[in-house]
Amino acid sequence: MLYDQIAMNKRRTGYVMVGFGLLVLAIGAALGDLFWASWQSGIVIAAVVTAIYMAIMISQSTNVVMSMNHAREIKDVTAAPQLWHLVEDMALVAQVPMPRVFIIEDASPNAFATGNDPQHAAVAVTTGLLQRLNREELEGVIGHEMSHVRNYDIRLQTIALALSAAIGLLVSFSHNWFFWGGSRRRDDREGNAGAIGMVISLILIILAPLAASIAQMALSRNREYLADASSVELTRNPQGLIMALRKIDDSEPMKEADPNSSALYISDPFKKKQKFSDLFATHPPIADRIARLEKM
Amino acid sequence: MVAIILIIIVVLLVAWYISAYNGLIRTRTHVQESWSQIDVQLKRRNDLIPNLVSTTKGYANYEQSTLKKVVELRNQLTAVPADDHQQTMEVSNQLSTTLRSLFALSENYPDLKANTQFTQLMEELTNTENKIAYSRQLYNTSVANLTMKIQSFPSNVVANIHHFQASDYLQVPEEEKTAPKVNFDDFGQDK
Repeated sequence: MLYDQIAMNKRRTGYVMVGFGLLVLAIGAALGDLFWASWQSGIVIAAVVTAIYMAIMISQSTNVVMSMNHAREIKDVTAAPQLWHLVEDMALVAQVPMPRVFIIEDASPNAFATGNDPQHAAVAVTTGLLQRLNREELEGVIGHEMSHVRNYDIRLQTIALALSAAIGLLVSFSHNWFFWGGSRRRDDREGNAGAIGMVISLILIILAPLAASIAQMALSRNREYLADASSVELTRNPQGLIMALRKIDDSEPMKEADPNSSALYISDPFKKKQKFSDLFATHPPIADRIARLEKM
Repeated sequence: MVAIILIIIVVLLVAWYISAYNGLIRTRTHVQESWSQIDVQLKRRNDLIPNLVSTTKGYANYEQSTLKKVVELRNQLTAVPADDHQQTMEVSNQLSTTLRSLFALSENYPDLKANTQFTQLMEELTNTENKIAYSRQLYNTSVANLTMKIQSFPSNVVANIHHFQASDYLQVPEEEKTAPKVNFDDFGQDK
């Protein structure tokens, strides 16, 4: 089951990257067509830009994600002995190397893990989490994060995050072009081709953010349930995680969290009301998670 | 032709034998490594206990009898021969239980709880206790892996030739036996 999950996560990372690559090339073609009347050069430029972007993102993902969430790294045990010890413990039982440890100055209790693989992983917790949770509860949360690390959830989540950020960049670029640069080229086009280009570009601009959210959806909510179960497998103490989730649920939204990263956190940092549909929620309802843990 | 086939079979057998042997060695090394992890933590705890005694010295009435028992058990633990894992863990478990009750009793001493040196020491000791429990869990897992290789066919052939022996599981103290069984069936995954 666990190994299925790991294999599936690696496979899905591939799908997400291929899908995103195709989308970027399509956007490149549309922009090239409208800008330089040459969709081929658009594709080439988009491919080169994306390749560079991805290379930087994959090699730097941890640092990028951490700085987006205003996290600072702690280098040794003295800064936060209890946190450091618990991360050590969970790395020991999960049999993964010790990850880097970060702290976010935010009164709301929350935590997340990121990185490309267990050898290059990092966990971050808020100061609110350290203040409000006792040792047992904190252990449950760290166990949950280390499960994401061991299951390769972090790679999939980090790459999906990078991709949606990149798509956002391209979309805002084409928005700007529409309002400031576009009119000239559209004017000297002969009616038909110009109109088709317009339509394609419009469709892409509408589609791109949707595709980004589909990529985020690939990080299914079941992953959170699974990480909860794996956490209990590591700590052998469901009560700790249950109490922790209650405290996290019963708190104010975060101020320092980055909106694109919200799927990474153990619980939605913005406390959005899940009213009309759970379909687009990044996290399952906490009450549901607690109910499943209580059944253990 | 027949000679070639025979040679291929022999080469394959030798290759299998070597990999089975190496697999056994690797698993046995895991068992030894995970024992030494426990050992490191036991030594660490033994080093911390004199600090506990000196930190609580100023608090004359602080649970003298329990503290005395802790020191006795610590000395007993250092006297156990290094290769007697079962007895080491038995004394260690008693020490863990006594320390835990000492921690619980410290709730009654507000001055002591306000002492940062004492709280730091508590964190260190709790950390060591947890690490002992987790390394024991890991040790038992690696013992299970080794036992499986020694008993299951065909690796048991190699294990018999080279006299590999299964190690004993470490006893888990009663109060930790109530650990929940994790059931992943409730956690359906999407396809």
